[in-house]
Amino acid sequence: MTRGIRDRTAIVGMAQTKFGKGLEDSELSLACQAIAGAIADAGLRPSDVDGLASFTMEEMREVEVARNVGLGDITFFAQISYGGGAGCGVVGHAALAVAEGQCDVAVVWRARKRAARSSRVWMQTTRRLSDHYQWARPFGVIRPVDEIALLMRRYMHEYGATRDHLANVAIAFRKHANRNPHAQMYEKTLTREQYMNARWISEPLCLYDNCLETDGALAVVITSAERARDLPQVPVYIHAYAQGLPQQHQTMLNYYCDDPLTGPAWACARRLWANSDIRPHDINCAQIYDAFSPLIPLSLEGYGFCKRGEGAAYTDDGALEWPNGRLPTNTAGGGMSEAYVHGFNLVLEGVRQLRGTSTSQVEDAANCLVTSGEGVPTSALLLRR
Amino acid sequence: MTEKQPTASGFVLPDLEVPETRGFWEGTAKGELRVEKCGACGRRRMPPRPMCPACQSLKREWEVMSGRGTIWSFVVPHPPLLPTYAELAPYNAIIVSLDEDPSLRFVGNLVTSADGPINEIDPNTIQIGEPVRVVFHQLEDVHLPRWVRARS
Ligand SMILES: [Zn+2]
Repeated sequence: MTRGIRDRTAIVGMAQTKFGKGLEDSELSLACQAIAGAIADAGLRPSDVDGLASFTMEEMREVEVARNVGLGDITFFAQISYGGGAGCGVVGHAALAVAEGQCDVAVVWRARKRAARSSRVWMQTTRRLSDHYQWARPFGVIRPVDEIALLMRRYMHEYGATRDHLANVAIAFRKHANRNPHAQMYEKTLTREQYMNARWISEPLCLYDNCLETDGALAVVITSAERARDLPQVPVYIHAYAQGLPQQHQTMLNYYCDDPLTGPAWACARRLWANSDIRPHDINCAQIYDAFSPLIPLSLEGYGFCKRGEGAAYTDDGALEWPNGRLPTNTAGGGMSEAYVHGFNLVLEGVRQLRGTSTSQVEDAANCLVTSGEGVPTSALLLRR
Repeated sequence: MTEKQPTASGFVLPDLEVPETRGFWEGTAKGELRVEKCGACGRRRMPPRPMCPACQSLKREWEVMSGRGTIWSFVVPHPPLLPTYAELAPYNAIIVSLDEDPSLRFVGNLVTSADGPINEIDPNTIQIGEPVRVVFHQLEDVHLPRWVRARS
């Protein structure tokens, strides 16, 4: 039985602004530049666009974007919550809407001016909490990195994972960024020694276990597979998409269930593979959400590349590195070394791999797994050409 | 909405007037570590919330725990942090699994005494699996649960 949106839609356009800290342009201007660029890349006109999907954390509202870029009459617009967990789901919602005829050409984007210190969400913590954060923040578990570090310490204890495994992740992604002129860390190499001597952020995690802080915007254009075949770019088909919000889940502070180390990726992956002709061992390359290095071993397990507890060891022997690793991952540098734009840059790198235009191009790449944030209600895409 | 004004101590603290959680904080003020329990099927749940996920009952009770547990995990945060916490960093934050049911967990701090600072214990001596017991520390009008080594 064929289920899901299997190849009925394709990503036909994409664009990004430059990435950096303290970009002069406003967030709205960045969003408009990326969206207009993606529409032009697709060989379409702004007035062709009739669908929009974005993150709930997106501060550029649909009306502003549509008025500025000169979009057509919008007949589908939607948002998904949970920050870094949303990106692939937003693309999936747009694809569903196109597949079901709610719109013909959809744009999905993310714009962010993150690099200013004042924009750190945790800095805005109020002093009297009425939500679930009251069970953690008073004790000094203030930032997302503290929340994930608590899970990672437990994971290390249960499975013998070490900082060397996390260094494998950070170094692999940095090597890819060093080949990508658009990456924020293009010119900065990272050695194992530098990693081991880095300052702590939340032990057992150090500076290099964390993503970057980035200003920038990105957008993609989605239309039907039929229309895609008449457009200038190689169509990148959305083979499958899934979301995951597992039972008794409590976002990053997921300590209140039977098994906190089984995150949303597991639920998402079950649906993703069920709706796909592709299996984990068929995957040519992956773009895995990496706000923090521990999310890589946890996601490798959740998406079925290895068994529970084996995700850290999976990263040994350059497994994540282009060109010879068994699963080249985050081939543009990911959130840790290219740019952190809530993982949306991972979607664009997935598209580049299937167009054959990555700066770390996997030979004959025919498919790519793209994931959004593990640790929060999440989503994933299987792209193919 | 929660108030935006910094509290006098500079620590982030719970709002004590939320219907779902008020009973928990009333418990800590009396030296009790309470866990919410379904009034219909008896299933315990943490954090407290209106409905039982097992039977959908809205009946809720508080059950006083022994206050004994083991360390499930811990971290040592370093700056950048909110100012009051940055001054204390590096400090420890731990997760404790309760003896009554290890899937009931609390985030807290390991201290040498109820009112001791959260950066007093050498983090290199903290071990997952260590037995701990609850103590209570007053900050403004809140009594926070904290943890001491069970044999101290
Ligand atoms: Zn019940």
